[in-house]
Amino acid sequence: MMMDYGTLRGLIALLIFALFIIIVVWSYSKKRKASFDVAANSIFDEDNNEKVNKQETNNNV
Amino acid sequence: MTTTLEHSSYNYKVVRQFTVMTVIWGIVGTLVGVLIAAQLIWPVLNFDTPWLTYSRLRPLHTNAVIFGFGTSALFASSYYVVQRTCRTALYGGKLVAFTFWGWQAVIVLAAITLPLGYTSSKEYAELEWPIDILLAVVWVSYAIVFFGTIIKRKMSHIYVANWFFGGFIITVAVLHIGNSMVIPISMTKSYSLYSGAIDAMMQWWYGHNAVGFLLTAGFLGMMYYFVPKQAERPVYSYRLSIVHFWALISLYIWAGPHHLHYTALPDWVQSVGMVMSMVLFLPSWGGMINGIMTLSGAWHKLRHDPILRFLIVSLSFYGMSTFEGPMMAIKSVNALSHYTDWTIGHVHSGALGWVAMISIGAMYHLIPVLFNQGRMYSIKLINVHFWLHTVGIVLYIVAMWISGVMQGLMWRAVNADGTLTYSFVESLTASYPFYFIRFVGGLLVVAGFLLMAYNMFKTMYAQDNSLKPIEVA
Repeated sequence: MMMDYGTLRGLIALLIFALFIIIVVWSYSKKRKASFDVAANSIFDEDNNEKVNKQETNNNV
Repeated sequence: MTTTLEHSSYNYKVVRQFTVMTVIWGIVGTLVGVLIAAQLIWPVLNFDTPWLTYSRLRPLHTNAVIFGFGTSALFASSYYVVQRTCRTALYGGKLVAFTFWGWQAVIVLAAITLPLGYTSSKEYAELEWPIDILLAVVWVSYAIVFFGTIIKRKMSHIYVANWFFGGFIITVAVLHIGNSMVIPISMTKSYSLYSGAIDAMMQWWYGHNAVGFLLTAGFLGMMYYFVPKQAERPVYSYRLSIVHFWALISLYIWAGPHHLHYTALPDWVQSVGMVMSMVLFLPSWGGMINGIMTLSGAWHKLRHDPILRFLIVSLSFYGMSTFEGPMMAIKSVNALSHYTDWTIGHVHSGALGWVAMISIGAMYHLIPVLFNQGRMYSIKLINVHFWLHTVGIVLYIVAMWISGVMQGLMWRAVNADGTLTYSFVESLTASYPFYFIRFVGGLLVVAGFLLMAYNMFKTMYAQDNSLKPIEVA
């Protein structure tokens, strides 16, 4: 069966929408919260072996 | 982290080189911009010399700021961030140095050929084919270095900034190679492989995604590293950053046709471009909120830290121009704004506000780290730079908004009998005062860059670790 061009475009739009929902559900699932927290903080671990470079503020304890 | 490497094992040389050139090209690019702004008020400033005419210097200005200043800042920050977040030195050996020297060669060749009048006449893709080929080779090398480093990373997770940098590197390669397809007829002249409306569509598919990926996604990568770093707290929402990434890259690619409203482009393509540009507002603001909210609970830091102020104000300009952009993509609004100074105002709110301010902030953060200092030579001068730059932008964009809307209204005004109320020259005369305000704004921006260069060289040549961080209670 040949698919109508308009139908094909509609299906692609639905597919992309579904993909978007999957990405949102995946990234907002509770299971991933902890590993994302680690990832978000990973840019601060790199300073462990060196002097922390601070210019203005020095108030994070 | 047990895998943390010693400071010295990272390749900082190439980051230093690109950082210094960012500031140099920043001065050159904005200086040429001020010269052509002055030429619009005093045409005599082209001294009747062909290579000093507006038409030849304007592409030099855009190439110097986008590819000289902006892209050098992206090279510097992406090379720095990818090493630090992957805990490994850059991959590629000699290829790394090649990306620096090759890229500088491209800019120098642009600075020579554009004033001589060699141009493909495609906006932001003016360079002729031999330079385009060099550019493509350098860019592919950049991709090899960047992704090679990602592949040999010591962390399992790829930090979000690298996703944005990676997306920007791949897409710019595709855009540049796609749009630069030409048939050469001599070393200095070529014709596009595409014709008519297809050529126009290719050009703005390239042109708008140069904005979307080079000037947005790349700098968002910068944002996701340097804003949390300078604010000393993790990004507001890491999961929002993931949705931000996928939504932004999947939408931007469709927005190009809004540059071609009411042209020979098929109507439905124009409508798709308009709708996609408007939807783009959502991921743009999601990203902006994610960046600004990183400061939530620590707003007081803005009082003491002009570097953080650069970074956060850049996000406000990003929010402003990504609201203005979708609005201008609406066909009926575009009917008023297109071809007027409003567009110039919009571009500079994005370029001077978002791109330049986030880069300047990132560079001020980087310079002391790269040159073994605790801080920049003078924090006060950073603050002066911040205000010069901010006042300069505000003068610039407000002048262009007023001038642009005025032009749009004058061009469309008709008398009762259907004839045009104003001639084109009348609208030009009416714009003169605003051209002067724009010129003054540009001067302030250049002055700020000169201060930055002074501050940078003072920091570079100070004795190692002689500049101590200032403690704030």
